[in-house]
Amino acid sequence: MNRVTLFSTCASAGFLLYILEMVRRRKLREEYSILWLAGSVVILLLSLKQDWLVRIAHAVGIAYPPSFLFLVGILFILLILIHFSIAISKLHQMNKKMAQEMAMLKERLGGEP
Amino acid sequence: MEGTSPHILLVLPAYQEERSIGGLIRSLRERYPYDVLVVNDGSTDRTSESAREAGAILLDLPCNIGIGGAVQTGFQYARNRGYDVVVRIDGDGQHEVEDIPKVLEPILAGRADAVIGSRFLGETEYRGSIPRIFGIRFFRLLVNVTTGYRVTDPTSGFFAINRSLIEFYSHHYPSDYPEVDAYILMHRLKSRAVEVPVRMYDRTEGKSSITAFRAVYYMVKVTLSYLINRIRRFG
Repeated sequence: MNRVTLFSTCASAGFLLYILEMVRRRKLREEYSILWLAGSVVILLLSLKQDWLVRIAHAVGIAYPPSFLFLVGILFILLILIHFSIAISKLHQMNKKMAQEMAMLKERLGGEP
Repeated sequence: MEGTSPHILLVLPAYQEERSIGGLIRSLRERYPYDVLVVNDGSTDRTSESAREAGAILLDLPCNIGIGGAVQTGFQYARNRGYDVVVRIDGDGQHEVEDIPKVLEPILAGRADAVIGSRFLGETEYRGSIPRIFGIRFFRLLVNVTTGYRVTDPTSGFFAINRSLIEFYSHHYPSDYPEVDAYILMHRLKSRAVEVPVRMYDRTEGKSSITAFRAVYYMVKVTLSYLINRIRRFG
């Protein structure tokens, strides 16, 4: 195992364990962990099987395999950010509904003079 | 509206209007037998206390959810309490309260589902800033081309709606700058919308929700949500 393989394997395995630990301690909800887990598994696989990376890169017509890695990374980050925007929109909607319900309940509980 | 007189609710959304809201509520209550509802959109000043002292029904939102959400809360209240007509008026005294009967008349006569007060119909004293007038012209064109309604004042927040729209808006009402969007919703519901001339004034107190800096955002956001609403499904 050469140095770069060792480094990237350790880093991605550490990341995977960190995500799992956060889920275990309920600091990260399962539904938000799925993308992170999938991402770290992909990086771990590509670290261990670098010939896979080379083969996939050539298959899609990318001459320099590391740039395929960057592409995958960027697409993954985009996906996670869209996921967050959707989650925030949902929270926004829920927050609005709760504020409206609360205002009406307060009025019913005797806000009226 | 069968036989008995219709149940009418005046809805005033208010954000940081402590100086104007009390007087406005009192003049409404002196003139009209209608219920006055103030939706306080998370103001940090004494808007809430002033409204209560002046005798309005008060809905206090726990945080600022934006004008569309605040107005929608008023529609939800009207729906829950079985009101027949809602008149929505600004809480800052920009709308002439004497013109309320003009906005109500076509609905009470059964000629319209929505009546929008226009500051550009008839004789007008209204003088807006250049970006504002430009924005109004842009939205006027957008609404006229896409819906077929002949609209002169697409951003007017002085309007009355009947039960069918109260019910729909209490489920679906745009969030940020709702008035232009509302035309698409009315168009899709095949509502009968008419404009009547009303008087509007420049603000005396407080700050407009539209600053010059936000004008561009306003135009882009409204245009986007307007066009999206044309292709959206409402369940």
